[in-house]
Amino acid sequence: MSQAPYRSPVEVLLVEDDPHDVELTLHALHGAKLRNHVHVVRDGAEALDFLQQHTPDLILLDVNLPKVDGRDLLKQIRGDERLRHIPVIVVTSSAAEEDFADAYVMKPIAPAVFLKAVNAIGQFWLEIVRLG
Amino acid sequence: MSPLASKPIEILLIEDNPGDVRLTKEALKDARVSNNLSVAMDGVEALAFLRKQGKHAGVPRPDLILLDLNLPKKNGREVLEEIKREDSLRHIPVVVLTTSQAEQDVVESYRLRANAYVTKPVDLEQFLKVVGSIEQFWLEIVKLSRP
Repeated sequence: MSQAPYRSPVEVLLVEDDPHDVELTLHALHGAKLRNHVHVVRDGAEALDFLQQHTPDLILLDVNLPKVDGRDLLKQIRGDERLRHIPVIVVTSSAAEEDFADAYVMKPIAPAVFLKAVNAIGQFWLEIVRLG
Repeated sequence: MSPLASKPIEILLIEDNPGDVRLTKEALKDARVSNNLSVAMDGVEALAFLRKQGKHAGVPRPDLILLDLNLPKKNGREVLEEIKREDSLRHIPVVVLTTSQAEQDVVESYRLRANAYVTKPVDLEQFLKVVGSIEQFWLEIVKLSRP
């Protein structure tokens, strides 16, 4: 691959409160060619705690979250010099447009389609993109 | 999922190398999602296209931009900076597609709010695979902001 030989595994932060979606995402990313390590947090406050101590390579973010919601979390990430370069993929079931994310993915309802979407995210962001 | 839109997805490729333009066209021609590729060969032309200036008055607004960094007249970093500074353009996803592997270019591109940084492979088969993956993620999966 074109990917420069940089450290692996790629550290992914998944911010998602739906256990079923967490399971599907982990399953899909487990099959990605590039070794990755997924940290799962269930709400925005937990995500902020995690980000205070870690700098993941990629963030997958559900918008509707308990406690600190995804929009606020995104604003805090973009306002932080240490975190702002991290690509954030918003995975959402809401149709509202946001301004801060690098990509919006509508969460498909059918599990097979959901898996296909996460596979495509994994292939593009883990195998093709050069992360910062 | 991105809807299989009735209107083709508009892509602007900002690239001065005719070989890479031809290959990108080739790779996108067979995409599952119908798309329309426009090409700007330098940074000045790219911004004129995006601002619909001069001969670009009637052009469609792109849904996705593929941007090379080393361009004549105005380089890709300046183009990126201007796109992300303009309210009417900043929501358009910009994928930097470049031969540069320099860490400095990667960091600088993300700092200027590139949506993704992709290194252009020299190998033909790999190049087609990369464009295919860009197509799959950005055209089929992502919900693009469309007027």
